[in-house]
Amino acid sequence: MIDTQIRTNTLLEVKHLSVDYESARGAVHAVTDVSFAIERGQILGLAGESGSGKSTLAYAIARLLQPPAVVTQGQVLFYPSKLPVRLDKTSKDDAVLDVLALNPAQLRAFRWHDLSIVFQSAMNALNPVLDIEVQITDVLHSHNPQMTRQEARSRAVELLRLVGIAPDRLHSYPHELSGGMRQRAIIAIALALDPEIIIMDEPTTALDVVVQRDILAQIMRLRNDFGFSVIFITHDLSLLLEIADTIAIMYAGSIVEMATQENLYRHPRHPYTHGLLNSFPSLRGPRRRRVSIPGSPPDLRSVPPGCAFHPRCAFSFAACHTIQPTLLHVPCEGAKGCIEAPRVDSLSAGKRVTHVACHLYDATLNPEGPPESLESENVNQHCNVNQ
Amino acid sequence: MSTNTVTSTNEEPILEAVHLRKEFPLRKVNLFGPPRAVHAVEDASLALRPGHATALVGESGSGKTTVARLLASLYTPSAGTIRFQKEVVKTRGEAALRAYRRHVQMIFQDPFSSLNSVHTVRYHLSRPLRIYGHAHSAAEETRLVTSLLERVNLTPAEQYMPKYPHQLSGGQRQRVAIARALAAMPSVLLADEPVSMLDVSIRLDVLNLLIRLKEEEDLALLFITHDIASARYFAEETLVMYAGQLVEGGPSEEVIQRPKHPYTQLLLSAAPDPDRFGSTDQHGGRKETPWAQPVLAVDGSGEPSSLINPPSGCRFHPRCPYAKPVCRQQFPPRTELDGRHWVHCFLYGAENKTHLSEISLASPSVGQASPENSPLR
Repeated sequence: MIDTQIRTNTLLEVKHLSVDYESARGAVHAVTDVSFAIERGQILGLAGESGSGKSTLAYAIARLLQPPAVVTQGQVLFYPSKLPVRLDKTSKDDAVLDVLALNPAQLRAFRWHDLSIVFQSAMNALNPVLDIEVQITDVLHSHNPQMTRQEARSRAVELLRLVGIAPDRLHSYPHELSGGMRQRAIIAIALALDPEIIIMDEPTTALDVVVQRDILAQIMRLRNDFGFSVIFITHDLSLLLEIADTIAIMYAGSIVEMATQENLYRHPRHPYTHGLLNSFPSLRGPRRRRVSIPGSPPDLRSVPPGCAFHPRCAFSFAACHTIQPTLLHVPCEGAKGCIEAPRVDSLSAGKRVTHVACHLYDATLNPEGPPESLESENVNQHCNVNQ
Repeated sequence: MSTNTVTSTNEEPILEAVHLRKEFPLRKVNLFGPPRAVHAVEDASLALRPGHATALVGESGSGKTTVARLLASLYTPSAGTIRFQKEVVKTRGEAALRAYRRHVQMIFQDPFSSLNSVHTVRYHLSRPLRIYGHAHSAAEETRLVTSLLERVNLTPAEQYMPKYPHQLSGGQRQRVAIARALAAMPSVLLADEPVSMLDVSIRLDVLNLLIRLKEEEDLALLFITHDIASARYFAEETLVMYAGQLVEGGPSEEVIQRPKHPYTQLLLSAAPDPDRFGSTDQHGGRKETPWAQPVLAVDGSGEPSSLINPPSGCRFHPRCPYAKPVCRQQFPPRTELDGRHWVHCFLYGAENKTHLSEISLASPSVGQASPENSPLR
């Protein structure tokens, strides 16, 4: 029963994925044993500081990693809903696509048709010597060689309209467009083949707030119209809280907490999530001195043993120094502690369950349950707003 | 409301800018055409007080960095005067500049490029100590460098002294840059987006450090940022800049909770605000606010106007939903509101009271961010 549900709703599943960067001074474990699933039409936010492995994870899913980056273990499974003209149908099970095992021809069909990616720096992602029309129609032609020039052009105009660029900018070069327009053009290219999932790697980080909001609103509208899923990568947690359905917090290459945006904001579990939420000054409520997370993110060549966050954690105890935490299911409200053993197969955070990798919630290691101060610390933010 | 926001206004400003203007001339395209220029800053007046932080908020290209550089005397103003301790600042000549910079120091945005990669931390900090005559011997220099590093929480100091910038993290570099500015023993610090290049968990650390320095050493601080929430956190006073013009200012709480200028309202409604997503319905589904509707009836591109041929009058008028004919003709005068809050907008002149009530009824709410603070109350 549960299994069929996963089959129908799940679009992408990542299982135990690890990525290393080989270097002369030892391997850098950029992504360690990450598992999650995305449902159709869902926006998954990946938040973390620089060096937490969020971009590497996204690149691994899109098979964009170049040596020295190596996927050392894990699987990326994609469940397509549309049955595309696949170049060859070697895999017996049509319903599942093992992304990491695709051959070059299959990979070419998979990219952009099923999955596209929006990069952070639009100026670098666009070719400066080609105009926008050429760059959009290039995608259409290479995936759909029988398309006529006229068809491709009208599709390009349609795409520009979708993202809010006037069609007369079709012949503009990237340098003639403003930062916001360039980012819109990139999104238009990502939409060209109507993909089922779009990875957005800090799509609005370099933009001003007003432009950023326009573009995010556009993304939300397009998502509602076309129903694609989004993996949205950013370091700006306050932004994710507004747009994402589910948020995964990454620290030192692992997901430390995954929950729906509401649960993450109202009932954050991991001490690192608490710290992150506390790091953003708010526009409302009382102005109070905020305390930041002490220390700085670890060097990924020598991640601390046990929980990678323990040297910065005010609540760490003996087990944190030795035992590496795995994702536990924790109820969002009421009862404390772990409710069932971790089960990786259904790792898409439900409404009432938060996944958290922290020993504080492990009943065997910490029978008293998480400390009260952790529970109450962040909730006050929202209480003041409603008054 | 105004009782808690009134801070010591009687404190004399230490650094004052009066009607500053800066134009950057452009190369002529047409030899016989009129001279062209980027009108980066237009008539900016502000005052910095000891122990007070003033935030200057605006989008990129609004001229906020130019203001800081004018105050730091890195640019000479096209018009207007800068007064330091009531005396007009002379910027001609090396000696005069050095004397000025002894008191006014700047912190730059990017700690990766503002430190010299071939010099150690100790070198960075000992140069200003020598130049401004604070250290006369090697022993004194070591003592002062140690205390500087300790003041910016880089301890143990001896460990950091021989390090090169590439051996430090972003947050540590920015601390070195702050320590370098402090080495001159200034009374004014101009911080140009000091935390925007840093990681989220480090930002707050550096902001808290600057707050502590401001309080302990009675520094006057200018804090330039595009993040209005950190302006609220950091500064007692907030000034909002749009396309080279200061459009609104006053105590931070006043400006942010009761924004008056349509541009300030736009900025606030665009800022990420997790509290807004509280609009989920019972089933956990997202209501279509605020994403379904445009933030404000701005023009298609939603971007600030060009500063080469800026719009006449109030430069925000092409994007402003309340624009009137008069907005095209002249820049609105400064209107003083309650609690030291001021705004440059024709909507708030005394003669416009009747007009106001019509607008607040007829137009959609601009400041979606805070409906309880109706923009035109």
